[in-house]
Amino acid sequence: MNFLQKVKNVVVDSKVLSKTGLLRHSSHFVYQPDAKAPVDGPTQKMNMFQAINQAMDIALEQNESALVFGEDVAFGGVFRCSMGLQKKYGKHRVFNTPLCEQGIAGFAIGVANTGAKAIAEMQFADYIFPAFDQIVNEAAKYRYRSGNLYDCGSLTFRAPCGAVGHGACYHSQSPEAYFAHTPGLKVVVPRGPNKAKGLLLACVKDNDPCIVFEPKTLYRAAVEEVPVAPFESPIGKADILRAGTDITLVGWGTQIHVLQEVANMAKKQLDVSCEVIDLVSILPWDKETICNSVKKTGRVLIAHEAPLTNGFGAELAATIQEECFLHLESPVMRVTGWDTPFPHVFEPFYIPDKHRCLAGIRKLIDY
Amino acid sequence: MNQDLFPFLLQCLSSDAAVNNARAGGSLLHAKFPGALEASFVTAPKLSLPADIEPIPIYRVMNSEGAVEDPTQDPNLDQATVRKMFRDMVLLNTMDKILYESQRQGRISFYMTNFGEEASHIGSAAALSPEDWVYGQYREAGVLVWRGFTISDFINQCYGNAEDQGKGRQMPVHYGSRKLNFVTISSPLATQIPQAAGAAYAFKLQPNNQRCVVTYFGEGAASEGDTHAAFNFAATLDCPVIFFCRNNGFAISTPSKEQYRGDGIAGRAAGYGMAALRFDGTDVFATYNATKLAREYVLRENKPIVLEAMAYRIGHHSTSDDSTAYRPAEELEVWNTVEHPITKLKHYMIQRGWFNEGEENEFVKSVRKQVLSQINQSERIPKPDWREMFQDVYTEMPVHLKEQLRAMEKHVEEHRDHYPLKDFKQ
Repeated sequence: MNFLQKVKNVVVDSKVLSKTGLLRHSSHFVYQPDAKAPVDGPTQKMNMFQAINQAMDIALEQNESALVFGEDVAFGGVFRCSMGLQKKYGKHRVFNTPLCEQGIAGFAIGVANTGAKAIAEMQFADYIFPAFDQIVNEAAKYRYRSGNLYDCGSLTFRAPCGAVGHGACYHSQSPEAYFAHTPGLKVVVPRGPNKAKGLLLACVKDNDPCIVFEPKTLYRAAVEEVPVAPFESPIGKADILRAGTDITLVGWGTQIHVLQEVANMAKKQLDVSCEVIDLVSILPWDKETICNSVKKTGRVLIAHEAPLTNGFGAELAATIQEECFLHLESPVMRVTGWDTPFPHVFEPFYIPDKHRCLAGIRKLIDY
Repeated sequence: MNQDLFPFLLQCLSSDAAVNNARAGGSLLHAKFPGALEASFVTAPKLSLPADIEPIPIYRVMNSEGAVEDPTQDPNLDQATVRKMFRDMVLLNTMDKILYESQRQGRISFYMTNFGEEASHIGSAAALSPEDWVYGQYREAGVLVWRGFTISDFINQCYGNAEDQGKGRQMPVHYGSRKLNFVTISSPLATQIPQAAGAAYAFKLQPNNQRCVVTYFGEGAASEGDTHAAFNFAATLDCPVIFFCRNNGFAISTPSKEQYRGDGIAGRAAGYGMAALRFDGTDVFATYNATKLAREYVLRENKPIVLEAMAYRIGHHSTSDDSTAYRPAEELEVWNTVEHPITKLKHYMIQRGWFNEGEENEFVKSVRKQVLSQINQSERIPKPDWREMFQDVYTEMPVHLKEQLRAMEKHVEEHRDHYPLKDFKQ
């Protein structure tokens, strides 16, 4: 399943690729490092896969029962997230599984039933669907259906998601909305190294089954100063990354970096003040922060890579109109992927890039 | 060829690889495919046909008359244990008959009987340690009977009343018990099987582990992808788990000949690199011996095993099924009489002078009385507070659920007459 990506990882980095003309187009975002470290103390410059690696290292060290497993995690993972962990913690605690997502999910639930921590990797979010039954019917409902006799709260799934430039149908998907429709799960998406480390540690500690969708294009591209000490980013809490007065921009994952650039463009080109909010947590989501912002600005644009119809933007839009009806100056707008499978060569026309977002802002301001 | 690689290859051939080749009698340049290291070459194509493989035999201790065919195989359980086996089977059978009827009368919404499979539950449960975790499918109530789940526990679950440990959230027969190490049943078939492998793996890593995991499933569930996942994970990750398949010939209306073409479920074990044992699931002692052996094996070796209990589903699949639509009554009759697990054990006990007709009739009567009175009692116990609907979705109730709970509270307050509030605990 991961043939393409394995090849990509073997072929070193994008500089070589662009020189040889193999890379078809440059990335659609510019990474915006977090302005401020989440906690005080010494920091280290890291990219996102290194921050995730450090979080798993901490989790394995803090919890004797913690296990890290999935396809190809033993040698370090196809995205390098589990580098060095098997050597440090042994083959019993960091190991490869057979190539079978429903097995990985079911196995993880069983590990978690005993109270041990399970950190399971789905190689790509696109391949999480074989495990959909285990995640939706089993993991999400374990505590509820047993009257709290049994649970699998000590499990965390990690899955690389989102556009990567050339991932096409099965290395680009953003399936968060499928899972957001499932009571019992927690779903989060980091925007960079700090958030990835903090959220992963929060999910490992959390007593409910969690899914972390990691935008894979950020693994290497996102670099920032990350506190060396363990810390947690709260699940269910959105981050206001930039305060503004004219319009609220909501997104998550890579899209946050698109929206921050869009906010600059809007200021410069339209003299519009944007408030940029990273939703961070898809389920449960931070209604209060979003609605307070929209009540203040009166306008909102929601942007995500996943398709429009029934994307998580629809849930936000419905709630915003219900909660902020009298404050809205224009309709709630969604700028998203189209209702098509994620295409290969058409990716630049598919993604909700800065130009589509800026055009959306213009339309809302002129409404 | 890569020039740097060549000396490396030569080095490999001159060390371990050469020794292995020499042992295998092969030439020095003998190919060793990593995917099948033990296989040898042949110079003519040979189809490996299923017919070339002997079906796995069915181990049994007692014949239909309850006689032990090979005395060395009699587990020689004491009279008290055998009596508990018998009585637990009878209790399950009696409770099934009454609860089946109570569903027909509309008193509970659903039920599934265990007719014909009582021995495979009781025999296996008796061979396990009470500490061993059980992951079931739904037709293993006898395991709970053996471990001490009471008539009131069963019936309260079926009624979903305030005494149900599951808080009335699941359909009848979806039992669970933390105290008895019986993981709560769920409807999706086979999902529990890879979970059992995961739990077994976690137990294996605990110091001085003496606990294995057993997971029960039917031969129909064995067709699910999760069964494949579980078999392969357990084998490759060395999990001390017993895969206990109840092969009762039918998955609802689908006969096993439409379920698979191989040698049942036990026949698959070798393909995964697992041990297997097939036995007569209507024979409580064969089940007991097989499970005991399996338990010792998985804990000693930290390896999985497949057990296949052959039986016949005498009852309908569930109260929503009429099995006369797809199988002849004559076939059923044989399994309901001469090949019935309770009949066989009764014969065994008669031969040892352990069976007292009067005492057993009294026992059945008392079970009937207990079940009937528990039904009356369970019916009168109110359902849990309806607000329990919102609990346990998460460890702590998130804001949005709190809002929904408040909204429903307000709605119920304003429209009390339209909801069955009197049936629910306030």
